Amino acid sequence: MTASLPVTVIGGYLGSGKTTMMNHLLRHADGLRLAVLVNEFGELAIDEDLIEAEDDDIISIAGGCVCCSFGSDLTSALLKIASLDPPPDHLLIESSGVAIPSAIVGSVSLLDGFRVDGIVILADAETVRANAVSKYMSDTVLRQLSDANIIVLNKTDLVTASYLSETLGWLKQHNPGVRIIEAQQGIVSPQAVLDSFLVKPAMSEHHHHTQNLETVTMIPENPVDVEALAQELAGEAAGLIRAKGFATSQSGQKMLIQIVGNRWQISDAADDMDDGIVCLKYRSG
Amino acid sequence: MTDTTIYSARKIITMNPSRPTASHVAVRDGRILAVGDLAELETWGACTLDETFADKVLMPGLVEGHAHAMEGTLWRNVYCGFFDRADPDGKTWAGSKTIEIVLERLKEAEVKISDPDTPLSGWSLDPIYMGNVRVTRADLDKVSATRPIGVLHASGHIMNVNTKALELGGYLKTGINHPGIPLGADGLPTGELFSPEAMTPIAVHVGFDRSLTDADEQGLRDFGKLCVRAGVTTVTDLAARLEPDGVDAMLRVTGEAAFPARVVPLQFFMGATAKETVDKVVGLKKRATDRLRLGRIKAVADGSIQGFSARMRWPGYHNGAPNGLWYTAPEQLAELYRLALAADIQVHTHTNGDEATEMVLDTLEPALKDVPSPDHRFTLQHCQLADAAQFRRMNKLGMCVNLFANHHFYWGDEHYRLTVGPDRALRMNACRTALDTGVPMAVHSDAPITPLGPLFTAWCAVNRLTASGRTQGEHEKIAVDEALYAVTIGAAYTLHMDDEVGSIEVGKKADFAVLKDDPTKIGAEKLKDVRVWGTVQGGRIFSAAEL
Repeated sequence: MTASLPVTVIGGYLGSGKTTMMNHLLRHADGLRLAVLVNEFGELAIDEDLIEAEDDDIISIAGGCVCCSFGSDLTSALLKIASLDPPPDHLLIESSGVAIPSAIVGSVSLLDGFRVDGIVILADAETVRANAVSKYMSDTVLRQLSDANIIVLNKTDLVTASYLSETLGWLKQHNPGVRIIEAQQGIVSPQAVLDSFLVKPAMSEHHHHTQNLETVTMIPENPVDVEALAQELAGEAAGLIRAKGFATSQSGQKMLIQIVGNRWQISDAADDMDDGIVCLKYRSG
Repeated sequence: MTDTTIYSARKIITMNPSRPTASHVAVRDGRILAVGDLAELETWGACTLDETFADKVLMPGLVEGHAHAMEGTLWRNVYCGFFDRADPDGKTWAGSKTIEIVLERLKEAEVKISDPDTPLSGWSLDPIYMGNVRVTRADLDKVSATRPIGVLHASGHIMNVNTKALELGGYLKTGINHPGIPLGADGLPTGELFSPEAMTPIAVHVGFDRSLTDADEQGLRDFGKLCVRAGVTTVTDLAARLEPDGVDAMLRVTGEAAFPARVVPLQFFMGATAKETVDKVVGLKKRATDRLRLGRIKAVADGSIQGFSARMRWPGYHNGAPNGLWYTAPEQLAELYRLALAADIQVHTHTNGDEATEMVLDTLEPALKDVPSPDHRFTLQHCQLADAAQFRRMNKLGMCVNLFANHHFYWGDEHYRLTVGPDRALRMNACRTALDTGVPMAVHSDAPITPLGPLFTAWCAVNRLTASGRTQGEHEKIAVDEALYAVTIGAAYTLHMDDEVGSIEVGKKADFAVLKDDPTKIGAEKLKDVRVWGTVQGGRIFSAAEL
């Protein structure tokens, strides 16, 4: 296995709740060392009670997490993160409200030592459809949504059930196959956003009930067509929010499978890993 | 009583309509005491008559309202441009007309570097004039296969690198999937890097390791020399990061006795919130000196037209490229405008596409209703595609515009053929319309994107020739007098400095462009050929020949 740092890009238009979600994740990091890159240090970028120390360009956060701003130079900020000792477990990049997330993924993928885990886009249930037809931002908002592997539809408590259901249908039209997580006040299960949480045994169950999520472990056939399996797990029918684990290919190679919504990645893994894939999905019934 | 010097001149073009020309100007304490003939000036009492400029033409010191101090820094690299261009020491580098000549010039520089690992950097390449030939890493490998090489294009948004540079930057691998990094038949990058995102990881390995928006101390001094050679006495550094060390350095260098220009740096609105930015600039404004005019902000709404990242209204790009990118959201700009208006801080906003211009107009209008500001002079920079209706709105909103006249010459043919098509190419950089609709107007070079030289810029606005020699947009031409106004008072007005500079008039700074030819007599088509002797800045004489 490579020691590449997994990177999740968190995007979405202004006001969709990116900062709130980021703070929720930092607050529930549970021992994982998260690094967070934000476009700018606003007054409210990081909840004050989480901040342990602050210098010019880096904020130290309780539990070994850090936050940096990148402004116009994402690459330099990434290189700074790469030089942290000890290294973080997972990097979150909060993109600006007008950024095209796939462009950020492009920049990250150029650098060695990083592995793009996926793109999570927040959408404000109240305003996303209005933003998507706004005079100036329409195409930007739609490009952000179509880049998403997972959409967190936030502020669902602020709309009626029927409006919510229409919005869900509308989102699926614009990004067929995307997984949608409903959320309120930016509260989502860290497991849903970061694969680093998914396979962390100590991960407590208490996040689940708010999201109605469950993890199940599937044991794939041995051997199996790993690519076909990964595609299936990322497909809409499987309905997984994310999954991670190991399977044995038809040539006997142990493979790591990583699923983020509709995105799948496979890579070679060490022979001594046991077959088994942890899958996160909505609780059935 | 302090000393008074009276300068005689062949002619003094004052830009002051109540005394349009004169033969003498009196200077005291770095300011203009009087303008007229010798007898009139001698009524001020004891003085020294200085005949240095007896055969020269004096104009108000030229004002460049949109340039970047990094031009001074870039000259340390190999000049690879298509057009002849003069460096800070006055040497004119012949334009390289083919890629082979570019490679030869790089090779000449390469053999002079003894350390094998020192990178070789070039700048201002523009294959548009070479039949859009693709330059690849194989081409640059012929210069050196072992030393990292990077050549920045004139636009600043594209770079060519050799194989060694790709290797050092970690790009020499298959599987790269990035819109700005084309791959060759072998699956490896060709060495062409489109967009700053694609360039940055490699740039550090090919000698462009500074943020491209910043000039270092030597770069700023060299920038000052370029100003003297162009007759410029007031110049903007339009978008600086202005970090504490950088501000200290700029204060130090501009404070040196021999520094010849008044520099107006604008804080780049990027990577900080509107409130932080305005608070910071309010603080910086208090540190402003005569020669370092801190206290303004630059925002960027969209990208560039030739990079297809400018935001276009319908019908969009002529070649069908998707619409460009927003660099700042309307909500962020709205907050910036409100806070800046309230704090009396001026904001200049970069717009290239007409949709970006429209967005700024739509954003500033409500901000002005919230924070009425009768003399804000917020300025649109570039604003290349605005139509007449947008200019009329600028006028109503009290905005200024600084049009990119040079761009029309250098890339007008491309815009006609490829990016925006004939109709809109004709109206690009609509100087006539700006003046006719009553929008205070300047014209600019955006140096180092095009060379610093307001008289050349004025020539561009007057003649509207493209590089291929076509007149593009006859209607938008302006007269010589109007163009000279645009590069003096016009630009000064956009900076709220028309009370201090921009005309040769009692009480103003003794800032002169010292010319060997008369720009009002040489003929409109030869305006760019006016020879510059040097400048007088704050009463101090700077001869270009003696820099």
